Amino acid sequence: MSAHAKTRIVGSPVPRKEGVDKLLGRARYVDDIEREGMWHGATVRSAIPRGLIRSIGFDRNIDWSEFAIVTAADIPGHNHIQLIFADQPCLADGKVNHCDEAVILLAHPNKHKVREAAAAVRIEYEPMPPVFTIEESERQDVIVWGADNVLKSFLLEKGDVDSAWVGAAHIVEGEYRTGAQEHLYIENNGVIAEYSADGGVTIWGSLQCPYYVHKSLLAVFDLPEDKVRVIQTETGGAFGGKEDYPSILAAHAALLAMKSGHPVKMVYDRMEDLAATTKRHPSRVRHRTALDGNGKLLAMDIEIATDGGAYSTLSSTVLSRATLHSPGPYVCPNVRVRSRAWATNIAPYGAFRGFGAPQAVFAIERHMDEIAAAIGIDPIELRRRNFLHDGDTTATEQVMREPVILDQLLDRALAESGYNGKRARFAKENKTNPVKRGMGIAAFYHGSGFTGSGERNLNSLAGIDVTADGKVRVLVSSTEFGQGTNTVLTQIAAEAIGIDYEDVMMAPPDTGIVPNSGPTVASRTSMVVGRLIERACLQLVALLRKNVGLGETFSREEFFAASERYRATKGEVVSLCRYEAPPGIFWDDQKYRGEAYPAYAWSIHVAQVAVDTVTYSAEVEDFWAAQEAGRVLNPVLAGGQIEGGVAQGIGYALYEKVLLQDGHMVNNQMTNYIMPTAEDVPPIHVYFVEIPFSHGGYGAKGIGELPHDGPAPAILNAIRDAVGISFTSIPLLPEDLFAKLAVRTGVEEVAAV
Amino acid sequence: MNAGWPAIEFVVNGETRNVHVPPMKRLLDVLREDLHLTGSKEGCGEGECGSCSVRMNGELVNSCLVPVLQAQGACIQTVEGLACDGELHPLQQAFLHCGGAQCGICTPGMLMAAAQLLANNPRPTVAEIREGLAGNLCRCTGFKRIFDSVLSAAAQTEIPMASETHAR
Repeated sequence: MSAHAKTRIVGSPVPRKEGVDKLLGRARYVDDIEREGMWHGATVRSAIPRGLIRSIGFDRNIDWSEFAIVTAADIPGHNHIQLIFADQPCLADGKVNHCDEAVILLAHPNKHKVREAAAAVRIEYEPMPPVFTIEESERQDVIVWGADNVLKSFLLEKGDVDSAWVGAAHIVEGEYRTGAQEHLYIENNGVIAEYSADGGVTIWGSLQCPYYVHKSLLAVFDLPEDKVRVIQTETGGAFGGKEDYPSILAAHAALLAMKSGHPVKMVYDRMEDLAATTKRHPSRVRHRTALDGNGKLLAMDIEIATDGGAYSTLSSTVLSRATLHSPGPYVCPNVRVRSRAWATNIAPYGAFRGFGAPQAVFAIERHMDEIAAAIGIDPIELRRRNFLHDGDTTATEQVMREPVILDQLLDRALAESGYNGKRARFAKENKTNPVKRGMGIAAFYHGSGFTGSGERNLNSLAGIDVTADGKVRVLVSSTEFGQGTNTVLTQIAAEAIGIDYEDVMMAPPDTGIVPNSGPTVASRTSMVVGRLIERACLQLVALLRKNVGLGETFSREEFFAASERYRATKGEVVSLCRYEAPPGIFWDDQKYRGEAYPAYAWSIHVAQVAVDTVTYSAEVEDFWAAQEAGRVLNPVLAGGQIEGGVAQGIGYALYEKVLLQDGHMVNNQMTNYIMPTAEDVPPIHVYFVEIPFSHGGYGAKGIGELPHDGPAPAILNAIRDAVGISFTSIPLLPEDLFAKLAVRTGVEEVAAV
Repeated sequence: MNAGWPAIEFVVNGETRNVHVPPMKRLLDVLREDLHLTGSKEGCGEGECGSCSVRMNGELVNSCLVPVLQAQGACIQTVEGLACDGELHPLQQAFLHCGGAQCGICTPGMLMAAAQLLANNPRPTVAEIREGLAGNLCRCTGFKRIFDSVLSAAAQTEIPMASETHAR
């Protein structure tokens, strides 16, 4: 099995493939690209959360003949964005369902003039009653989506929850909430579109999933597949935020290109990007848990509600992942999860690193500490008594056939962090110190790849070819946006063939050139696409051996010479592979039962937190992350994934708050939407235990999303340890700490008098 | 169309440049649009993210907040001026090997902030690096490998870089 073999390139810290271009400032992001005769586009957006459009007025002081103006009436195909359901219009037509919904598009040769003009379009509305929260949507007094405001619901059942309460030694309930979170990629969304009647639509853009944009444009323009071409430009961060939104922006720019007869660039500024594009779903999760006298879980009854926003987008799949991660990494004979995604008149929520899991993990891992406190067991011990092990079954009755080493990871994290010693020391020091310190942990898994039957439905195709000038090219639509796709896939190809890292390059991420290897999401690239590349390489070597006499062992020169002999006699030197599910995989979409994910990555986080009871600020002072995510393909990149994810998780817990007023984001600037800076992020200590996964690329499992799941519960557990008060909602800002801690201090002072 | 504006002259990466542009045009736009130096990026347009950071007369500035008028006579260094004769600058080498760049969009500004820091303080502590880079946001790395990169570059750099923006 290749996963266990000694490797030359896989596992080594080769430098990032496109690193030099990025460091020299010559990497070309979309806003760095100009096209001949290019115009600039702008979007006129709804000012109200819900209502009918009565009239549209154009300021008479502007010469509108200079502008291309696009409304829904200009759409040649279907006025919807094709994703899972087709409920979201490309442009609002007579009715708006959220603030900042696109209504009219403008283009002009001058980018300043087009922005001024956009501000001079007046839309008159007949307002309709809006719904802003999960609770308002649940009441169903006002129906804003479908028949009942429910975008999607799931029911997961194992055993018999209802009969487990009788005879339980303990029953513990809790409710946990998480807020919206903005991706805050430093490069805003942007695309350039060209259109011609003969050639169709071409898009260059900052995006994750070229074939999602491709599919969506086919519907909007009613064009055959070969008349739409999507090319990813260098992408300055994405984190899920460029999974689905670029389909909308690409359609807008392409409509303007069609109307104006010019290439059109649309690059959002920060305020527009923050107000109009997707964010992480807010959530409310309720737990009711039964335990026996030994602290063993008897039953878990879980209710999940997410706010999906005005259209369905990816809410159903985000809810699915939340559902499947909500019981945590524990064994429990009776589990019920009832989950619903609710529609509101807020800009649609979408994909964000973790994709429902951070919300679910926050709830269960906070709840575990609440249970521990309620029944008088140490939180570490409670987890140990209930951890999943090899051979156990999950809530979907998936048997854990691969090793599960939570105890080992926990031991490592506790030892490295000095958890027990510090907890004892802090408990002593906190009595006299106005800065209260505490330690908190979170234990969790993250399912790698698409949920359930998702990977089989994707049916990904990927491979390699050998160019005439002697390079191997990786042929995938899997994109690079900082996480390391280019590097790990070229490492895998070089390793599998037996050539140098420098011999392998990425084919351009262009739907006109590369096959559909699926979207670059769901922690699937290293595991699923990496495996396809590994197989395609071995397949090519076998082909060259059989047809042109490539030896059993060979040098890189012999490999390329054999490729040339093949080209001369047989033609193109190319090898493609299609996804094959690991054997024995079974998933029932109706009952939500079976192999939820082909593999799981496992992790323990430990946070050391200081709460200043004078300023009411909470600071993460130190952080430890131990994980098993299969084989580590590149230690520098893998470490960077963990550290970056932890930093985002710290922001999610303590800094990042989306403020909405009448459905519009009012802190849509970097001055008032606050992410952790270089001075806020603590030292982050990262430890990998490697157990190669036999169906992943060189043994890899997914790693990208895992680190975002743990920080928030670990930090709030540490705050509980520090101050003895439970907080159940994030983001947890100083004013929230003040609200509870100041009240308590006041009471104590009164008592002391 | 630009000929009507009086010339503004400054030195960029060792080269004297003349531009005829509106005096209140942002230095960032002049660099990107008129001089085609697209390495400097716009992330927020309000001086919060630092991805447009350049060095001007020995100071680190957010070029999105500088009207080009203020650059009259200035010596400016952008990311394009960091490498010398095709050789990566020690900071660029260090970022490449330590994993200090992921998506790369903050990198040009981060490199300029790091160059500025090392110019004033050739052997910074981690706390000093944190402070020196606090105006430059990175959403990918969690900063740790950026700190490692700066430490590694500082350890390899013998000559203080204080005079760099003027001497080239």
